[in-house]
Amino acid sequence: MNSIRLRSLPHLLLAFVLTFAGIQQASAQAAADVKKEGVAPGGAAAATPATAAAPAAGGGDAAAVAAGDALFKGNCAQCHAVNEQVVGPALAGITKRRPISWILPWVKNSSKVVASGDDYAVALFNKFNKQQMPSFALSDKEITSIVAYVTSEEGKGSQQAKAGPTAENQPTTAGGADEAGAGKYVDILLIVLVVVLIVLVVTLVIIGNLMKDVLRGRKDLDGRDVEILEQRFDWGKFYRSPVLRGIVGVVFALVLLYEGVQSVMAVGLTQGYQPTQPIAFSHKLHAGEHQINCAYCHTSVYKSKSANIPSANICMNCHSQIKTESPEIKKIYRAIERKQPIQWVRIHNLPDLAYFNHSQHTQVAGLQCQTCHGPIQNMEVVYQYSALTMGWCINCHREMPINSKDNKYYDNLVKLHDSKNAGAPFTVSSNGGTECSKCHY
Amino acid sequence: MKYWKGIEELESAPEFMKSAFAEFMPVKESHESKDDTSAPRRDFLKLMGFGVGAAVLASCETPVIKAIPYLNKPEEIDPLISNFYASTYFTGSDYNAVLVKSREGRPIKLEGNPESPITKGGLSARGQAAVLSLYDGGRLQHFAIKGQKAEVKQVDQEIRTKLAGTTGRIAIVSPTIISPSTKKAIAEFASRYPNTTHVMYDAQSASGLLQANGGVVPGYDFSKATVIVSLGADFLGTWISPVEYAKQYVVNRKVSSAKRTMSRHFQFETTMSLTGSNADVRVPVKPSEMGATALALYNAVVNGGGDTKTKVGMAAAELKAAGSTGLVVSGSNDPAVQTLVTAINQTLGNAGTTIGAAASNLRQGDDARMAALVNDMNNGTVGAVIFYNANPVFNHPLGTKVKSGIAKVPLTISLNDRLDETGSLCQYAAPDNHWLESWNDFEPKAGYLSLAQPVITPLFTTRQAQESLLKWAGNNTTYYKYLRANWRGITPTDAAWDKAVHDGVMMGTALPAAQAPATAALSPAAAAAQISGAAKPTGIELALYEKVGLSANGSEANNPFLQELPDPISKATWGNYVAVPRKMAIEQKWEQGDVLKVSANGYSVELPVLIQPGQTNGTVSIALGYGRTAAGKAGDKVGENAAPLAMTANGIQYMNTVTLAKTEATSPIAQTQTHQTLMDRKPVVQENSLANYIKNPKEVTEYEKISTPDGLEAPNKVSLWQDYQYNNHHWGMAIDLNSCIGCGSCVIGCQTENNTAVVGKQQVINRREMHWMRIDRYYSSDTHKDSFDTKGKVATYAAMEDPSENPQVIHQPMMCQQCNHAPCETVCPVLATTHSSEGLNQMTYNRCIGTRYCANNCPYKVRRFNWFSYYSNEKFEIVNGHMFTDLGRMVLNPDVTVRARGVMEKCSFCVQRIQLGKLEAKKQKRRPVDGEIVTACAQSCPTEAIVFGDMKDPKSRISQLLRREDGERAFHSLDSINVQPNVTYLTKIRNAESEFFAKEENA
Repeated sequence: MNSIRLRSLPHLLLAFVLTFAGIQQASAQAAADVKKEGVAPGGAAAATPATAAAPAAGGGDAAAVAAGDALFKGNCAQCHAVNEQVVGPALAGITKRRPISWILPWVKNSSKVVASGDDYAVALFNKFNKQQMPSFALSDKEITSIVAYVTSEEGKGSQQAKAGPTAENQPTTAGGADEAGAGKYVDILLIVLVVVLIVLVVTLVIIGNLMKDVLRGRKDLDGRDVEILEQRFDWGKFYRSPVLRGIVGVVFALVLLYEGVQSVMAVGLTQGYQPTQPIAFSHKLHAGEHQINCAYCHTSVYKSKSANIPSANICMNCHSQIKTESPEIKKIYRAIERKQPIQWVRIHNLPDLAYFNHSQHTQVAGLQCQTCHGPIQNMEVVYQYSALTMGWCINCHREMPINSKDNKYYDNLVKLHDSKNAGAPFTVSSNGGTECSKCHY
Repeated sequence: MKYWKGIEELESAPEFMKSAFAEFMPVKESHESKDDTSAPRRDFLKLMGFGVGAAVLASCETPVIKAIPYLNKPEEIDPLISNFYASTYFTGSDYNAVLVKSREGRPIKLEGNPESPITKGGLSARGQAAVLSLYDGGRLQHFAIKGQKAEVKQVDQEIRTKLAGTTGRIAIVSPTIISPSTKKAIAEFASRYPNTTHVMYDAQSASGLLQANGGVVPGYDFSKATVIVSLGADFLGTWISPVEYAKQYVVNRKVSSAKRTMSRHFQFETTMSLTGSNADVRVPVKPSEMGATALALYNAVVNGGGDTKTKVGMAAAELKAAGSTGLVVSGSNDPAVQTLVTAINQTLGNAGTTIGAAASNLRQGDDARMAALVNDMNNGTVGAVIFYNANPVFNHPLGTKVKSGIAKVPLTISLNDRLDETGSLCQYAAPDNHWLESWNDFEPKAGYLSLAQPVITPLFTTRQAQESLLKWAGNNTTYYKYLRANWRGITPTDAAWDKAVHDGVMMGTALPAAQAPATAALSPAAAAAQISGAAKPTGIELALYEKVGLSANGSEANNPFLQELPDPISKATWGNYVAVPRKMAIEQKWEQGDVLKVSANGYSVELPVLIQPGQTNGTVSIALGYGRTAAGKAGDKVGENAAPLAMTANGIQYMNTVTLAKTEATSPIAQTQTHQTLMDRKPVVQENSLANYIKNPKEVTEYEKISTPDGLEAPNKVSLWQDYQYNNHHWGMAIDLNSCIGCGSCVIGCQTENNTAVVGKQQVINRREMHWMRIDRYYSSDTHKDSFDTKGKVATYAAMEDPSENPQVIHQPMMCQQCNHAPCETVCPVLATTHSSEGLNQMTYNRCIGTRYCANNCPYKVRRFNWFSYYSNEKFEIVNGHMFTDLGRMVLNPDVTVRARGVMEKCSFCVQRIQLGKLEAKKQKRRPVDGEIVTACAQSCPTEAIVFGDMKDPKSRISQLLRREDGERAFHSLDSINVQPNVTYLTKIRNAESEFFAKEENA
């Protein structure tokens, strides 16, 4: 009877442990979901040209606004924002300030308008340090569509400016809170469990001792019962047990082997690599707070194998005007003056034998930068987020469905796949995406 | 019919048979290995232990890698995206309009410019290899005075002072110049220094041709010819404009069941040339008999009559029948022969047809003027001489006289790109830019212009030669501005100019009229008299010829790609040799590799013997352009210079009577042909006659059947393996053996595209060349019953006994066949070679452990093993400079891995191009367009013999071709072993003589 009760103790413990692990897992999963949601900022989404269409506002022609959006991002956004003065003036209210008949020649050839002696033009020219707006070979229709887009964005931006960060950060903060909440809940639960356990153990020991005392008090016990009662655990025997020694030895050897293999496998792995860069450039500031499109600096990320480390002239698009006194920015000036390119430390290094193409993943697959590069918009200093091992690549290729939407390349393949394996997702690997010569040649 | 690849195989010599099926020659150890002394096992273990430890230690520290962006990124350059710029390749021999593939500002590959109306997207092997010459460390990297580095300003100043003080004649010596602006710059120089003359000479001279045609090369159009008679002109390989002519030639050589006609091609020649190997009727002729042959042809065509039993008579009869669609060309430099050829063509009335194209400017050299200059230099009447990309000390038959003459000229200037044999003798060196660093214009044919634009800033302190000449003439403009101003008349607007630069080619005329030859043309009668009056030489005759790889002027000698390109016929690499007929070798008891001393003109060379089937009896042949002594590390001392052996008494004749003496020495020749002996199964290649093809196209190809319980079946009906299902793409290649002329352009195209290593002469001898594709050349001999009637039984049997006297030749490009049931895939123990879902046989280098089982199991012997670290082993520094030196590495294709030692490699169907093409299509949300994705070999082929494409796309060229030829000419090599290759060959159809005459008798 006694023994049965004692045996139930480990069962109870096991149940507790399992419950605890279950809760923790659930909450971790919740956190992961939240995290995934949190790393997709609007900036990166807008970066995909295909998804550039913005919803029409203010009753404007939706098509014109959409076209204007693309044109604005392609031509104007380098110097203008709608609701904010960047290099050039904020464009909000442009239709109220100037008639379209003035805007058209100005965009096409601003210096001509200035030279013609137009008062407003000359004043504007002088206001912006006599910096000329370059000429754009755009048609009247295109310029009108840009204006339509600007009108549709008016005011929205200021809301966005206010709402933006909150909207953007909301998932993150909410996620953080959730995570923290879940964490706290788990902690409390843990403490309660530990207390309950201690109380149980103490109670059990007390009961045991009481029972023993009661039994000792009884006189009708025979020799065998006394023996059991007075039994003491022989630790020495336990220590000398070859079985136990063997088990411990095997476990130790296995742990050593596992650790050894792990450390060998980690040779050359540079996950988390976060070198100091020659210029303290902050992605958090540029991509996170200012929401600058990734492709603005990494110009070839949608068309080339390489995303392109921005050249100094791209920095100068803004920094010829902004924060010119910062010591970090001055390093760029020095580089330009000395004609010595900036030597950034490369973080993501694939071996030469592996071929990787950015455009395949960004333009074709429509992946976000964050999928592989992590929460880049929160990184003050960039680090290698993903393992970049072959296993990591292959795993994604096995699980990721092909982005075949609206892509005529895949139309027939999707049909073929669906007719043969109904229900199974059309993954990259099911289209040969894990074959050797897709990446090695 | 019997096929054989080399004399060794034909004779089945025991030494050959011993290693015939060995993948590699057993290599003799360079030092004797004694286990106890040189490398005992325990030392090896110690070293290995240390090595492993060191490797582990080294790999713990991750190296810091820098990412260095542009300071100011040029708008049109995106890292890792190739840009293509139109340009022009012309270095004094053959002309090619090219597109330069440039990555991050580095030219990495040349491709034919499809816009060109002349070369139409084709590119010669020399053109393919030319990009490597840009990164040649042997180029002179600075200006020099007497070989010592000097400042540009100092050189300019001294030259201008001395030129102003020159009293005698000033001569500018150059090869043919087809650039209008360069000629104008030279004219401007001449107007500043009025006693200047410009002398052009060609290392493979066409003076005789020019003299007979008023100073221009007639505008041949082989595409309109139904009968072609060539008297020693290797127009497919080396003569004047091979790519242009090959493009034209093949138009009438391609057949289909809808077009069952072919041109007939007679070739009279001494050396077995590339053109001769493609001829329907090839007649070996001694060099001294070429005149008589021309005369006989002339008499038969112009005066009528002639014995139609002789080959000349047959040719004449056919020419007459063809009339204006007949064409006669001659490679002879004898004005008398060329005069007769011109007369024959006039009689045929082909002026509007086969000689209907615009006249060519590609040869302008005048031997008489050059000979006069050499004399003047020796007489001391020349005050200054400027060598502009000319190396007469090496490549002119009067080289020694040029050398002595230079010593007597007070001012000698070299504009050559290196301190070559001539440049090193000159006082001043003002090296020219490489053409990829230069602006230039060209007019290869009257009315056809083309442009060259710089694709990289000059790598060294060099200056474009035209700019140097202008500067010395007192004109300080840059050559670009000069050229642009010169083109105002042709392209008045900037837009037109931009278009011309963009396209690289345009129509228009800019070149001044050709200079009349120094010697007047002969009349046909005088020519006939001259030929019949010529003394017949006795003794062994020598024919000098030019190789398809290295040009006769030797300018590409320091280009290892071309040195290692196997000769299309002899398959020899790295050096020249004495090609002797088999009969002579047997009589004299010479064996291949025995060194002979060849003497003439008081000059002798020592070269190894190569037994060449098809070489005319009583003659030997030696290639020009070898034996450089100041070309650079790779090109020096490769072969011997044969130019001084030429006859110079009456104009330059590339022949002579020579004495041959065997020396004690032997020197092995690095030949590749017998290296990869295919499994002894037929049929590897297939051919048939036009007559049979006309009768029934379905019976020209032999399809093997396999016995099964259900009777005879096609091999692919009986299979051990399951078939693959291809959903997306199924890449395939079709090679028309009728169109393939064997020029080797694809071999070099493949080598530049795929970063293939150059291994050097010794490793070629060891059968370790790395070319991913080779062109197998088979000799074959056929005996017809007809020849019993025509030649008599005895003669026929004699011919059968010695098939190597004048064999037929077939060229078969051979690369990985991308088998669907690949034998290599099943034997790889580590799955390094696997099958892709697009039909490719993938080779994964990083998985390969080098067991070589796959190569062993490959029936086509197309897998190549990396025996060495060619990029880091010092032994290969010189030959493999393009992987070894920082300068050379700039040419490597960044999309293709440089393979390490111990790894197997092979043709990948240019998978990098397939991947790129697919990606571009995906990015644009469409399917790839046929022709968008092509392999490097298919792209460079001047005759479009190789067609590459997606066999799943029913509208692709390859699908259409295979549908059309299925059951007719399409066959797989070694079909019976059922490996189901994705490469399909089309049976070669010969317009052979026997059938023709049978037909004529009937008619």
